Amino acid sequence: MHADPIGVLTGPHFIDGDHACSEGAISAGCRFVAGYPITPSTEVVERIAERFPTVGGVFIQMEDEIASSIAIQGAVWGGKKTMTVTSGPGFSLMMEHIGFAAMTETPCVFVDVQRAGPSTGLPTMPAQGDMMQARWGSHGDYGIIALSPNSPQECFDLTIKAFNLSEQFRVPVMMMMDECVGHMIERVVIPAAEDIKIYPRRYYEGTKEDYRPYEPERDLVPQIVKAGDGYKIHVTGLTHDELGYPNMSVSTQGKLVRRLVDKIKVNAERIIEYKEDMVEGADVVVVTYGISSRTAIPAVEQARKEGMKIGHLRLIVVWPFPEQRIRDLASKIKAFVVPELNFGQISLEVERCAGGKASVTLVGHAGGTVHQPKDIYAAIRKSVKG
Amino acid sequence: MTTEVKVETKQQKKLNGSVVIAGERCKGCGFCVEFCPQGSLELSSQYNAKGYHTPILAHRETCSGCDICGMVCPDFAIYGFMKKKR
Amino acid sequence: MPEELFEIEESVPANPVEQYLRMDRMPHIWCPGCGIGTTVNCFARALETSGLDLDKVAIVSGIGCTGRVAGYIKLDSFHTTHGRAIPFATGLKLANPELKVIVYSGDGDLTAIGGNHFIHAARRNVDMTVILINNGIYGMTGGQVAPTTPISAVASTTPFGSFEQTFNLPFLAESCGAVYVARWTSYHVRHLTKSIKEAIAKKGFSFVEIVAPCPTLYSRRNKIGDGLDQMIYYKDNSEIKNGADTKTVSMEFQGKIVVGKFVDRERPTYNDAMMEYYQKKLGDKFVSSDEMRKAFHAQNRN
Repeated sequence: MHADPIGVLTGPHFIDGDHACSEGAISAGCRFVAGYPITPSTEVVERIAERFPTVGGVFIQMEDEIASSIAIQGAVWGGKKTMTVTSGPGFSLMMEHIGFAAMTETPCVFVDVQRAGPSTGLPTMPAQGDMMQARWGSHGDYGIIALSPNSPQECFDLTIKAFNLSEQFRVPVMMMMDECVGHMIERVVIPAAEDIKIYPRRYYEGTKEDYRPYEPERDLVPQIVKAGDGYKIHVTGLTHDELGYPNMSVSTQGKLVRRLVDKIKVNAERIIEYKEDMVEGADVVVVTYGISSRTAIPAVEQARKEGMKIGHLRLIVVWPFPEQRIRDLASKIKAFVVPELNFGQISLEVERCAGGKASVTLVGHAGGTVHQPKDIYAAIRKSVKG
Repeated sequence: MTTEVKVETKQQKKLNGSVVIAGERCKGCGFCVEFCPQGSLELSSQYNAKGYHTPILAHRETCSGCDICGMVCPDFAIYGFMKKKR
Repeated sequence: MPEELFEIEESVPANPVEQYLRMDRMPHIWCPGCGIGTTVNCFARALETSGLDLDKVAIVSGIGCTGRVAGYIKLDSFHTTHGRAIPFATGLKLANPELKVIVYSGDGDLTAIGGNHFIHAARRNVDMTVILINNGIYGMTGGQVAPTTPISAVASTTPFGSFEQTFNLPFLAESCGAVYVARWTSYHVRHLTKSIKEAIAKKGFSFVEIVAPCPTLYSRRNKIGDGLDQMIYYKDNSEIKNGADTKTVSMEFQGKIVVGKFVDRERPTYNDAMMEYYQKKLGDKFVSSDEMRKAFHAQNRN
């Protein structure tokens, strides 16, 4: 199905990433947002607050991030597509409820416009320090999906993708922006509503007696219902069986948690997305995501100008991580270079998957600003020579 | 498994109440016995599989079917009702 | 006593509460003499005479012994995280205002970890009913102190007795803006049932505090008997004072308990305030959600 035309502002816009994210959500059919102000994400909900009353949406600024992250889940069970928006400190507060969403398989989108941490850090300045947290932040085992846009246009496009993936896999999806991409103003083209593909919520349509709330379909995803339709469902964060009833047994735990992890793992090939530029035949591949992918471009181009064979692999979906691709490349190339605005998070994944077959050089950064291309270039050159 | 002990009152014009006791659910808390306004219930000397003494309608003729026992029972093990006239 | 055989009456009605329970999950986990089951009985009877479409009633609870209520009641039920039943319920209600949303949770869950959410939902007057079982303790986790544990009462984290001032919950609810505030004990089954029914029917943030025994932890540790002893204490020490000033209804350890319906007033609900305000401010540009519009007009027709 395609987007509901109401609210789709088809045409070109000159807006920042935060605002593009708001428009992406509206175009995706999001009609409930609960949020709490936090720099540099606040503009997302500010625009939502202005736009929602004209498109049939409800926005509420809750009393804190903890309330926001669970209010959106109540609204999902009330039948809406929902999103919440925050930055590092709020993301940390939301972790329990990200786990609750994963456990109850509640489809919703969490936007983290990353800023320099840890703790209060540099509220108005960019970083990419929450990437591991996006994957592992809540306690226990579960799978999630995380996307990383590198432009306001992608903030629009990938927000729609985030909603689609959350519905397809009944999983919370992390939209990992950063302050730079969020506050950067660029041209954003919003397509016609009929050109925006929407993945509809996987509602169950059978008889009430036959409904098993947590019995998965072939792709390990169960069908969902909403409150008010007479299914008298029970949804709990406790380990539960296929009826949704709490069940304190090791076998139930094994079955349920295995499926929550496998739901993403087994379907990874359908979720993974990255863009490659001259990776085939390269000696060194620069692996990037988000804003760092843009500062890497001049470095890569400079190296290529000097005759080095440099490939550029940009992650669009960061989690699940494209393990197989990195593994394959590792046996063909000399080295990976991973520039990120942190002291080594996704580079650890690259290292893990490379398995020692290719070296992995992190171009780390404490955050606060973006990389200098010359630093990335230096690492590329060293990897080629060394 | 519940063993429903259906208890009937004698034919009474005014007090035409009765109770149904699901003995196996009872945990012998004694609320129903204590708070029956008519004092119709007593704890039996028998006990259920869990070892709790369950209530019995010791004074059938005094039961008004008010269902205070049913409302106060924490285990859904007893309820009162008014017998319908045949 | 011998079991005598009697004629089976055809007109014996089934236990009125069973149709509201997930009988496949019985027996429940609550202790002998625990007051929670009593309140569920009253709740079920209140639902029965409420005339509500039960498909449209949703129950949301948090964590704790009372939090388990959601798992036993046969309605759309949500067993959420500790302290966060109220914001979940807010989201549920705003997404589908036609739903009757009832929060059923304990004193620790709703006023300690959940305190912030409690005060804001009351302030906003979100249309929901909050049934709070106050047993003065954190039962499920082994009897730790709660904001409602009376001074001098022993708990596992106040082994020498608590010295902290407690919450006066009706006062808290009233001062935050609740439109219906009542307190009963689990002894007052008839009053309680009526109060729950009124609270559910009332538009806005309605709050019913139910003082109930925790025999296994609170009573036993404080050597005040068992559940039955607590119920007798409620019977002998409660004073019904409808309309009492909530400032005066604090409770002390084994002291007097003032019960009654304290507050019953009118304030615009969050949804109504939103609808009316946007209508006024945005006029034709205002587009409410279908569900909001339907619910708003349905109630205005009545």
